[in-house]
Formats: sequence, structure tokens, C-alpha cells
Amino acid sequence: MASALPSLPAALPDRTVRHRLGAEDLVRWALVALLAAILYLFVLYPLLQVIWRSLLANDGTFVGAANYRRYFGTPAIAQSIGNSLFVSIVSMAITVTLAFVYAYGLTRTRMPGRGVFRLVAMLPLFAPSLVQALAFIYVFGNNGIVTRTTGWNIGIYGAKGIVMAEVFYCFPHALLILVAALSATDARLYDAARTLGASPLRTFLTVTLPGVKFGLVSACFVVFTLVITDFGAPKAIGGKFSVMATEIYNQVSGQQNFTMGATVSVVLLIPAVLAFLVDRVVQRRRYALVTASSRPLAPAPRPAADWGAFAYCALVAGAIAGMYLAIVVYSLVMRWPYNFTPTLRHYRFDTVGGYAPLLNSVYVAALTALVGTVLTFVGAYVIEKCRTAWSGPLYLLAVLPVSIPGMVLGLAYIFTFNVAGSTLNVLYGTLAILIVSNVIHYFTVGFLTATTALRQMDAEFENVSASLGVPFYRTFWRVTVPMALPSIVAISMYFFLNAMVTLSAVVFLVAPGTELAAVAVLLMDDAGDAAQAAAMSVCIVAIGLAVRLGYWALMRGVDRHTQAWREPREAATEAVPR
Amino acid sequence: MTPVSAPAPSRPAAVALLGIAKKFGQFVALRDIDLTVAPGEFVCFLGPSGCGKTTLLRIIAGLERQNAGQVTMAGRDVSGLPPSLRNYGIVFQSYALFPNLTVARNVGYGLETRRRPRAEIDRRVDELLTLVGLSAHKAKYPAQLSGGEQQRIALARALAPSPALLLLDEPLSALDARVRQSLRHEIRALQRRLGVTTIMVTHDQEEALAMADRIVVMNHGVVEQVGTPMEVYTRPRSPFVARFVGQMNFLEAIAGDRAGWARLGTVEMRHGATEALVAGTRLTLAIRPEEILVGPAAEGRENRLVTRIRAVQFLGPFTRLSLTLPDGAPALECDVAATAFAALGAAEGSELALALRADALRVFPLAG
Repeated sequence: MASALPSLPAALPDRTVRHRLGAEDLVRWALVALLAAILYLFVLYPLLQVIWRSLLANDGTFVGAANYRRYFGTPAIAQSIGNSLFVSIVSMAITVTLAFVYAYGLTRTRMPGRGVFRLVAMLPLFAPSLVQALAFIYVFGNNGIVTRTTGWNIGIYGAKGIVMAEVFYCFPHALLILVAALSATDARLYDAARTLGASPLRTFLTVTLPGVKFGLVSACFVVFTLVITDFGAPKAIGGKFSVMATEIYNQVSGQQNFTMGATVSVVLLIPAVLAFLVDRVVQRRRYALVTASSRPLAPAPRPAADWGAFAYCALVAGAIAGMYLAIVVYSLVMRWPYNFTPTLRHYRFDTVGGYAPLLNSVYVAALTALVGTVLTFVGAYVIEKCRTAWSGPLYLLAVLPVSIPGMVLGLAYIFTFNVAGSTLNVLYGTLAILIVSNVIHYFTVGFLTATTALRQMDAEFENVSASLGVPFYRTFWRVTVPMALPSIVAISMYFFLNAMVTLSAVVFLVAPGTELAAVAVLLMDDAGDAAQAAAMSVCIVAIGLAVRLGYWALMRGVDRHTQAWREPREAATEAVPR
Repeated sequence: MTPVSAPAPSRPAAVALLGIAKKFGQFVALRDIDLTVAPGEFVCFLGPSGCGKTTLLRIIAGLERQNAGQVTMAGRDVSGLPPSLRNYGIVFQSYALFPNLTVARNVGYGLETRRRPRAEIDRRVDELLTLVGLSAHKAKYPAQLSGGEQQRIALARALAPSPALLLLDEPLSALDARVRQSLRHEIRALQRRLGVTTIMVTHDQEEALAMADRIVVMNHGVVEQVGTPMEVYTRPRSPFVARFVGQMNFLEAIAGDRAGWARLGTVEMRHGATEALVAGTRLTLAIRPEEILVGPAAEGRENRLVTRIRAVQFLGPFTRLSLTLPDGAPALECDVAATAFAALGAAEGSELALALRADALRVFPLAG
């Protein structure tokens, strides 16, 4: 006979039985506590400082929303909001459109030279946004080569110039996302469309576009966020056209008005946070297009489309290469555009004290890569694999930095680490604070890349180790790290390259003796020494390219020596393209 | 419940569960589970997905923490111990082999931290690889092995530190049918040889029947029945068990005036239940498809019915007939050896006389 359901003990406790804590748990909790302390001290606390300071007057008295009323009530300042949104949306529309066609050519046609086109398009990743702006000034500015030789002045200073520079700056970011989206497809869908008699246009509208919509959305938000938080390009080419990032700089550096700087910062946080949140919500609905049974799409030769794509890509790649060529030439001639006698004198960098800023930059970038990689990877491990009640809040804190604009982070660090009498002051004016700010500024992408790599690993590794009596940190070292090595290398490169080119977060934090190359470009350009600025830019790009090349060689070694176990069909995980 | 092969009182149970209960939020995944596993026994937790069998295994392993109840292993209360102090080996459905370590390193993984000399570790690794028949693959990486081979490496790794208990979480479900069949025998033989107490979770009733000393059938977080494969199959204690383990026909009937009799439609049926039922109680009669007698075998037997063949399904060694009762209503499924079916000369639509053996007719209260 069937037994009736045994009745539940009168009250089943909500708490589970406690396990005895061992030495391993101590290590685990110590790591959780350390991560929490770091994220609190360098992310949450500084951010709260900015918000708090926006509610104070410059003398420290609490004034509530008075700063915000003044901000919105002063047309000269308030205008920066509309300006920021305008250039961000226009740049976003242009960049994503240009990048989509380019990505389509790279992935869906058989045009010749795809490898070269892909490489050239990545060039802007190696230079500060400021440099793209300088390049446009060298070509189309009042003393630009086009302006001087043709007499045609397009009026580059202002919104027009900002949009042009931002499009170049953001192009590779959008391209990486769209190439990934267009590559992840299933040839069977196209076969199905053809057998059903769909025209090429209909196939594009009903198969191709829906397949990449999440990539398009992602690209849009990435570009929007990059532009609205960018400081370098509008600073160099914006002229009187003020955007929020430059407004923060003007208030803080120009007028020493820290509270207004904080106020603009808080307002700038809103679109950045919103873009981030909306993107996360949208991406959550993403579904896998590529499954184990998918067949990769091999585009068939279509001469008209292939050569059309070739012409387009050649034009775009040519423009990018041309801009970089202009910078190189500018730095190597006596006086652009009047005297093209070759010279190396601009590489003496006498206005900023020689090569010190460049060496500082390399040092800071290398340490940012080291610290950032360790922190994001261990942090992701602690949050993913040492599941505690803290995992949720820590995850939020770890993804928060991506929506903090660099200017806001820099200002937040001034408020946090430049306080008379505070022990936190020891960091101020050191290279360490630059490293910390870079690590936090670029934390989220490294963290998410690490999280993705960790999630791809079998969740039972730690359980198997525990059953075999092997502590988790041993398995972390022997299995987790070696397996994730391609991701780890990618993360460290991401940190290095960004630390080389970033300007916005560090511009408030550099001090005498800790100047950085990107800041030096800004200073030299401000001082009217455009040729030296160009020379410094060339150095930054050259170092970035050299490191990228070194990484590439290293990766081949890493693959050969540590990834021998991988099945041939399994590709190394790439970093999130940002 | 009364375990049929009760453990010898002299030795403490290898595993004893007492009043285990587990909640996920407000969802009660396990209620009040009591169970003892004798040393050397092979026990299967069998049930549909979501029945709580894996949760129970993970509670034994210490990977999940119960809300109430006690877990003892060999007389030692381990309820509050972390997994690393419980002394068991585990094989997961995914095997969780370390892909970047060679087969030998995987098998030796649990030995390396125990500060044993290298030579001893190597010897033990060789011993286990020989045991699972994979010594030739020592230097390979897991990805270079087939699924079945990976499974055996995972088994060797779990057994290497000589654990007192082996836990298997759906170890065969990722394999294709043929490999699964041969590994069943292999795992069973290995377990017998080593005498290691083993608990395996599975949703495959055939696997449980073929491998286990005892089967624990679970549903909705409770144990429905514990018994040997034979007991669970022949004497299911609930309609759920009857349906989940093997095939079963259910026929609604009414208890008759005489004990051991019920009325199915207009036919009086003698059944196997001995306890007296109140006349007129509605109940369910149950019989397995292969226990139904048809054709010549049914002649002159009690409990005869004339049915009509609705569909014929050829399944190789036997043929499954879907039958309708004279009143057109509840259908019966009946398995007939392929040769016997040919001898019947019946086809879809034809009439078929059959008999329901009284000793095979089980009685359950009306479901629902």
C-alpha cells in the first residue's frame, strides 16, 4: 500500500546545519574580506564622497540641492548636458553604422585583404582619444595640411571635430563587438532561407539583422558610454563647445570649484549608469545562436559585393592609416605644414622633462596590468567559486566601475585621498594612486572576462578537490589558473593598453614627478607644442603596438606549453572587446 | 521503513541518515529521510528529476547542507563536517576531470597532498589504472579519451585515496547506450572486488535494477520504497513506484464482497491482495504488460477478458499490443514475445482473449 507523505517535523529551520570551519575556510573568508575592503575603499567610498561633496558648498557647509539648481540654472554650464548627449548620440549612430558595414565586409564577404583591414582598424586602440583629435587638427585644423593646401577650412573645432575624433576612437571598439556578432552564425539558417526562396535583401533583414541585434545594441551602448565619458578628444578639439567631461575639468582645474565639479560628475554618472543597466537587461535576453551542431558560414564569392566591400574598407582603413601617418610625419618634420625637412628634435620632449613621463607610463601600465589581472581574476574566483552571502553585493561592486566615467573617478580620488590629516593621504601624489585608479577604472571588463572564463569551467572541480582532501587554493593554482591562462593574458593586455592611453581618470591625479605620457600630450598641446605632442603620441602608439606584438608571441608560447590539453577545435577564450 | 537486507548489528552502518530534511527557500526538497547503508553495499537512489535524489547525495557528501537531520558514516557523526573531512570519493555526471592534467596526474591528484613518497603515489596510480584497464593512456590528457574512458578515469581518481564510501552522481548518463551497458557491469564488478560501499544516483530504472543491491525509490523529496531490485519490481509499494520502475497497467475497479475479489466493469476479478477491503471501495488494479496471458495460454484461466487490438508496435524481441476493453474505455498494454504474436495470427482491429493472472494483479487505493 502507498504510504502517506510523512508529515514534516513541526518546524523545519530556515538555517542549514553549520559545518565546522577549517583552515581552508579561514583563507576563503580572508579573501572575501580583502576583496570587500578593496572594493569598498576604492570604489564605493570614493563614489559616495563625490555624491556627498555635490551637496556641500565649497566651504563645506551642507547646501542640499543648491549646486544642482545652480548647475541647471546656469545656461553656460547646463548646456554641456545637451552637448554631451548630442555628440554621444551622433557619434554612436555614425560609428556603429560605419563599423557594421566594415564588419560585414570582414566576415561575410570574400574581399581580398581582410587580415590587413582588420589590423589597420585596430590602430585607434593604441592611442589616447586625444590623439585622434590631434590628428584631425593636423589635417583639417586652422594650420592643417588640407586647410593650408586647399584653403578649405571645414571648421573642425567644436561638435564636428569631436564627433569625427570620437568616431575614429570608438571604431575598433564597435568593430570588435560586431565582428564577434557577425561571426557567430549558423550557415544552416542561410541554407534554409535560400531553399525557401528568400531574396538576398529579405535574408539580410530576417536572418542577418536579427542574428546580430544584441551585438548592435551592445556596440551602441559601448560607443555611447565611451563618448559621453571621454575627456581627451573634446578637450583638444572641442574649442568653446563644452561637454560634461570637459566641464568637470574646467570647474576643478580651471576654477578650483570642486563642488560644481562633483555636481556635474553626479549628473554625468546618470547616463553612464543607465546605458550600462539597459545593456545588461537587454543582454540577459540573449540566447545562443551557435550550438554544437551549428555549421560555420563560409561566404560564397560574390564579385560585386566583394569588391564593393573592398572599396569601402579600403576607404575607411585608408582614412585611419592616413590619420596615423599624419601624426608620424608631423612628429618627424621641422614645421608641419610649412617645412617638411626631416628632424628628430621633437623627440627630445624638453617641455615635459624628457622621457620621464613615458617611462612613468610604461611603469604604471605594467603594474596596472599585474595588479589588475591578479585582482580581477582572484576577485572573480572569490565571487564565483567561494559562494557566500557576500557574492551578490561584491559582484555589483565589481561591475559598478564600468559606469563610472574616468573624470568622476579621478575627482572621487581627490576627495578621498587628498584630505588634510587623513591616513589615506599617503597614496596622493604617488604612482601608486595612478595604478589604483587605472585598475579600478578598467576593473569591470577584466572582471567579467575572468568571470566568463571561470563559468566555463566545470563547477564540480572544487567539489572533487574537497572530496579528495585537496584545499581549494591548490586546485586554483594547479587547475583554474592554467586553464584560464589565455584569458588571464588577455586581461593583462587589456589593462596595459588602457593604462597607456587613459587620460580622464589620471589627469586629476598626476603630480610633479608622476607625469604620464598621455597627460604630457595634453600639456604639450596646451602649451602650443603640437609637434612634441605628436612625437609623444607616436611613442605611446609604438609602445602599445610593441607590447601587443610581444603578447602575441607570448600567447603562441603559452598556447604551445600550457594549452596542449585543449582539443584542437576549442579556441582560446578572447577578452571581452572593450 | 524496514530495510530488507538489514546490516549486521555488529558493524555500524557505512552510512546512516536520520531525519534528513532540506529546504531551498520555501521549497522543501527532502522531508524526513531515514536510511541505512550496510558496509560493502551498492545502493541506488532512483527517481525522476527533481525528486531530491541528487540533493540527498550532495548532503551525504557535505556539498549541500541539510536543514535538519543527521548523517553518520561508520558510526561517526559527520553532519557538521566539511566535505574534505568525510572520507569519500565522488564521480560527477560531468566527471570533472582536470583537463590540463594528464590521466596519471588526475588519478594521483588526491594522493599528492597526503605527503606520500612519489614512488608510492606512482605505484598506486598504476594500480588503479590497471584496475580500470587504462594503463596505456597514462600520459594522455582527458580530452584525448572517449567518454567511457574518461568515466573510468574519474572512477579511478575517486578510488585512489581508498575512500570508505564511493558516491556516483548519474555517472553513466552522459554516455551513449552501448558504452553505458558495458560500464554498468564494469562498475558493478569493480565495486564487488573492492568491497567499497557505493551510493549511486540515477534516473534510469534499468540501470538501478541491473546494478544495485538495494534501490531507494524517491519522489517529491520522500522515499517511496526501499528494497532489492526484485522486491521493487515485483512488489511496488505505491502506484508511483509501479509506474516508475518498469511498465504497469492500471485499471480502475471496485472492491467486491469477498476478500481478494474486485469488480472490473462487469467482470469479477480475483486479485493478489489478501487484506480485507470494504466492499464497494474504489481501487486500482495493476498488472505489468508481460504478465498478461494471451491466446492459448489464457484459455481456461480465471480473470478472462476479451479485448480488441488497437495498435501493434513491433519492438524486436517482443511486440507491444495496445488493447481496448469491451466497453471501449481504459486501454491495456500487453507485451507478447514476437514469436508468440506471430503464432496468434492477430492484427490491428482483431479481437484478443486474455487473462490477468490473479497473483500478478496488485491492488492500490485509487490514485488522486
